[in-house]
Formats: sequence, structure tokens, C-alpha cells
Amino acid sequence: MTRLLEFTLNGRDRTDAVADNILLLDFLREKVGLTGTKTGCDGGECGACTVLIDDKPALSCLTIAATVQGRRVDTIESLGTDGQLSAVQRGFHEKLGSQCGYCTPGFIMASAGLLRKIPNPNEAEIIEALGSNICRCTGYVKIIEAVKYAAALNAQGVAP
Amino acid sequence: MDALPDFRVLNPATLDEALAVRAAHPGSMALGGGTDLVVNIRRGIVAPPVLIDMNRVAELSAIKADANTLEIGASVRLTALVENPAIVQHYPALAQAASRVAGPTQRNMGTVGGNLCLDTRCIFYNQSEWWRDANSHCLKTTGSVCHVAPKSRGVCFATFSGDLAPALLALGAEVDIAGPAGKRSIPLDKLYIGFARQDVPVTETQGDGKYFLSLRSGEIVTAVRVTNTPGLRSAYDKIRIRKSIEYPVAGVAVALRRADDMLADLRVAFTGTNPRPILLEGTAELCGGKFGERVFKGLDALVRDQIMPMKTTFTPGHYRRRVAGVLARRLLTRLFET
Repeated sequence: MTRLLEFTLNGRDRTDAVADNILLLDFLREKVGLTGTKTGCDGGECGACTVLIDDKPALSCLTIAATVQGRRVDTIESLGTDGQLSAVQRGFHEKLGSQCGYCTPGFIMASAGLLRKIPNPNEAEIIEALGSNICRCTGYVKIIEAVKYAAALNAQGVAP
Repeated sequence: MDALPDFRVLNPATLDEALAVRAAHPGSMALGGGTDLVVNIRRGIVAPPVLIDMNRVAELSAIKADANTLEIGASVRLTALVENPAIVQHYPALAQAASRVAGPTQRNMGTVGGNLCLDTRCIFYNQSEWWRDANSHCLKTTGSVCHVAPKSRGVCFATFSGDLAPALLALGAEVDIAGPAGKRSIPLDKLYIGFARQDVPVTETQGDGKYFLSLRSGEIVTAVRVTNTPGLRSAYDKIRIRKSIEYPVAGVAVALRRADDMLADLRVAFTGTNPRPILLEGTAELCGGKFGERVFKGLDALVRDQIMPMKTTFTPGHYRRRVAGVLARRLLTRLFET
């Protein structure tokens, strides 16, 4: 079965013909061409596919595309404007929160979700919020520094 | 993982619509957050022809919580329990259990109904089609032998690992169920029938591990309700190998009332150990009399008798039972003394 799916992707309303049995992850990558969202463990255990649905982090590899009708979906491509990095992107860039980079879009979206909910999180809140994401390079210390830095930038008015 | 099989998604807006489409499509399954079901679909473990998206069913998404009563719709997200001040204050075991499910992103997705009906898990079951095929499929899918207990004669030992169930069992919850024959409410304990007994046919009170819920054909869990007991203290804790995105080695909920230096009431419930969540029987005999070593020894004996982890995870069963016992002791002590 195919349906007309209406939802908001990265701030723009759109309508797509979508098969019932396609995952949001595959829809974003294969149909829309937004390949910033990564396929990691493919089973909801690693967080590489994290996107924001109505501002809350969600796993696109376990979300059936047909269920996002009427919702707002934000992917890594929505961050930054006119060549300017967002606060979280700058944090990961300047504080070396990324090494191989594969988990990074997921971490950045989970962090962006945190800053939308708690603009100035403490370290415990950052660690808690990143609990669904796995990175095998950085050891997390640099990632936590990156999010702290992003929160400071956010406080100065840089969008998360 | 395997490609998704062909299925239809239906999006009912009311409970009546949901029940109608459920009745019209035998073999359909209710979809909440998908954190359990979609993984199993992708592994070829289940292949429902129709998924019923329960997230737009208006009646199922409310929390009504105060000091006396609690009612939570089946589509409420786990994050909403953690963030509800009345649940945190009056039903702490439930808030703590919800806060320890998987990780924060999974909790944004996972629902109360989904967590209560979470499929049981086993190292021989939660694997890819290819892996299971190479290991001659287990009893819970299409095989004829339980690889955990080859002499089990039709009994599956896959482990229940939902976190909310033990907390709600300790709080004395009831579940509301709706189906083609109307609505009914049963004690939460009666929802679970996944208990291993050989050569006994599956009935509404006796499962075989494969069938671990007493839901009848076409029925849906719609809500869970608790009537609070004045003076009840409760808490939940679990041990896992990793602090997030990980299933429990063992999880324990304790609820108790204290009268002077005695226990007036004690309820202890476990997850991650048996094919169903276990509300320990015989805890009433530990109440009365001075609190101390007698209570702990009695509790240990009950755990030894009723908590039976099998080799369904990479952690050995005897270790998981010891962890369950130690966690129960710790929670009991902490709750009694605070």
C-alpha cells in the first residue's frame, strides 16, 4: 500500500507518496536524498539514525514513515544557516567531538534535542541525554565538552 | 537486518475504530513506539500483515495522577511518566522504572502498553533470520526444541524484561483491556501467564512461555490503573551490564509500609528473570515481628524458590538470581530506613 504522507521536514511542509512498509530512515536517505542521517546498528541500539520528531530525539530506523503524518521531522541537514554552523555543530567541530564521524549526526541531533528542551544543561543532564548514542572513537569526554560548549554558545544566542 | 516485509499501516483515531480494524484483520498487531515490534519485524521474527498505529487513538494518551489514584493510557510515552510530578511524588517505583528503560531516545518512543506487553527475549530468539536458520530455529519461532532447555517439551524459557510491570505489580495495579466482546479489567498479575509447565495446554491462566499474555484474540491493553495505599513507600532498581540501551541482568521493585520497627506490608516484584514478571508470593509472612536478619533470610528463600533465570542471556542464570536477591535486599533496607 502507498499513501500520501503530509509532514514537515526540516521546516518545509511536503507531501510524498510513501509505501506503508518503509522506515523513516530509508525514506529520508533513499527517497528524499538526505543522507546525513546514518544507518548504524539498524536495530535501535546505537543512535546513529537519531532525528528529531516534534523536537524530541527519535530513532528513524525504528520509525515507520507512515506514522509521522502531520509531525515535524528535523534531520542534521536542518541545522546551520547560510554556511554558518549551529551551536552544536560548532561545539563538535571546535572541541573535537567527532573522529570517524559516523555517529556524529546522531549525537548532534540528540544534543540539539537536549538544548531545545534544556537550553543550559549541566553535565549530568548531558550524559543522560546522550545515553541512547554510541561512539567507538572519542570515548565521550570530547563529546560532552562539545555539548557544554554548544550550550554556552546557545546562551549567547547561537541557535542549537 | 532483513528488508521489511509487505505490511499495511492503519491509523485509527478512536478506540472503537482501532478495535474494529483489529477484528477485521486477524494477525494484525498494535504498533506503539516500535522499539520492540519493529526490531522483531526486521529480524523476521514476526510478520504481521497489518500494523495498527495506536498513537493517534485519542482515548489512550492521557495520564490522570494524584495522591489517591493513577490512570495511564496505553499510548503514553515512557518519558511522560518520568516527567510527571505526581507520578514521581506518589508512585516513585513507577517513575524510577520508566527512567531506567533503554535510553532517553527509546523512552521518547516506547509506550506504557508496549512495555507491559514487551515480547520475551532470549539469545536464541532475538537474532537475525540467517542466524536462527543456522541454529535450527528455536521453539518460540518455528523450531521444535527450546535450545535453552532441550528437554522442556514445548515450554519456552524466553525472559520477560519490561521494567514497568514489576513496579506496577508492587503497586497493585489493574489493567484495562478492550476487545471484540467489550471491556474488562484484571489485576496486572493476571495479564501474565508465561510460566513454564510441561505438557500443559495453553489456556487463559496457563501459558507455555511462547504465549505469555492472557489477552484474548483481538484484545488490546488500553490503560493501567493504581489505587494508592496511604503510607506505601516504593522504589525500583535494576542492574545491567551497560547503563543504557541494555536489557536487565535483573530488575526489582519493592513496595512496603512500615509500622514502628516492623514491616506492615511488603511486595517485591522482579523482571529479567522468568518468562513473566514475578510478584513474589509469601511476603506477607515476613511482615510483623522485628525487622532484621529474619526478614532478609526469608526474602532470600522466596527468591531462591520463585526466581528462576535460565541461560537466555549472556549472563549466567545463577548470577542473575543472586543479583535479583541482592537488589531486593538493598531496596528493602533503603525503603525501610528512609
